[in-house]
Amino acid sequence: MLLLFAAPSQAQQVEVVKFPALQKRLSQPNDTTYVVNFWATWCGPCVKELPYFEQANKTYAGQKVKVLLVSLDYASQLDKKVKPFVQKRGLKSEVLLLNETDPNSWLGKVDDKWSGAIPFTLMLNNKKQKRVGFEQEFTQAELTTQLTKFLR
Amino acid sequence: MKKLTSFFVLCFGLVLLSAFVRPSGGYQVGDTATDFKLKNVDGKLMSLADNKAAKGFIVVFTCNTCPYAQAYESRIIDLHKKFAPQGYPVVAINPNDPAVAPGDSFDKMQARAASKKYPFPYLLDETQKVAQTYGATRTPHLYVLTRQGNALKVAYIGAIDDNSEEPTAVKTKYVENAMTDIMAGKPAATNSTKAIGCTIKWKKA
Repeated sequence: MLLLFAAPSQAQQVEVVKFPALQKRLSQPNDTTYVVNFWATWCGPCVKELPYFEQANKTYAGQKVKVLLVSLDYASQLDKKVKPFVQKRGLKSEVLLLNETDPNSWLGKVDDKWSGAIPFTLMLNNKKQKRVGFEQEFTQAELTTQLTKFLR
Repeated sequence: MKKLTSFFVLCFGLVLLSAFVRPSGGYQVGDTATDFKLKNVDGKLMSLADNKAAKGFIVVFTCNTCPYAQAYESRIIDLHKKFAPQGYPVVAINPNDPAVAPGDSFDKMQARAASKKYPFPYLLDETQKVAQTYGATRTPHLYVLTRQGNALKVAYIGAIDDNSEEPTAVKTKYVENAMTDIMAGKPAATNSTKAIGCTIKWKKA
C-alpha cells in the first residue's frame, strides 16, 4: 500500500477512447506491428493470458512491435476496477479503455469474423497490409508462435 | 462419385470440427435448427418438440458466472414474460464445462434458476454439442427460431440490445425489433448482430 502511494508517477495511465480514435490509431501507414488484445477485468481467460502479452511487450521492446491492451470494461469502472487492476498487475504495455456501449457498431470493423467473445487479439501491420484476428485464448507458446509467424 | 467425394469432405470436416473443440461455422439465419434433448434444472430431459404449440423459441446460451450474462438476466426473463404468451418462449442453455467454470455446475444452475425464479427452462448442454451445432461462441448469445411447417428456422442471431451495462440507456432493442418483424410474418430487418460476451468455457481436449 505504501509502495502504491510512493510511486504514483510511475503508474500506468489508462486512456479512455471512443472507437474512431482507436481505429485512427490502428490505421497509420507505418511499419509497426500492432498486437491488440481486447480484454476485460471480469474475463477470466483474458486475465490469464495478459502476462503473455506483457512478455511479448518486453521481448520486442525496441523493435517495431506495439502491444496495446484494450479493456472492454465499462467506462464507469475505470477508477474502481480498471486502474487498480493495471496498477496491481504492474502492466507495462499501453492500456486503453474502449468506451462504446454498442459492440454491434464497431466489432465488425475490428474484424468481420469476430463474434464478440473475448479475449480477442488482432495482429496488424499496415505497411505489409497484414491483419489477422484470433478469437481465442492464447497459451504463451501459441502467442509466441503466431506472433513469430506474423513478423516473419 | 461427386456425391461420394463431398461425403468424404464432409466426414473429414466433421473430424476436423471434433478435433478442435471450438465451433467453426454454426447456424446462419435461414438454417433449419435441429432439436436437442437436454437436462433441465428440474431434472427432466427437454426437447423443443415437447412444446408443439410454440410458434418458435428464443434460445439463449447463457450461464451463471459471466457478468454479461448476469447483466442481461432480468432482460431475458422479461423477454420470456413478453413473448411466451405470444408463442415464443425462452429456452436458456448453459454450455459451460463446470470443470473449467465451477460456478456453472448443474447444482449451481438449479440454485440460480430457483433464486432468480426463472420462468423458463434452464438446460445443461453437458456435451457442448448443442452450442457447437448452433455456433454459439459466448454468453449471452441468442437465437430466435420460428416454426415453418415442421421445421424450426433460425430467424435472428446475436445480441439482446445495444447496451449491456444500462438497461435504461438502451437505444435499440435488437431482439424485440426482430420479434416484431417476425410476428408480423416478415423477416427481421436486422437479423444478425454482434456483442461482447464471455467465451464459452469449452472442455479441455
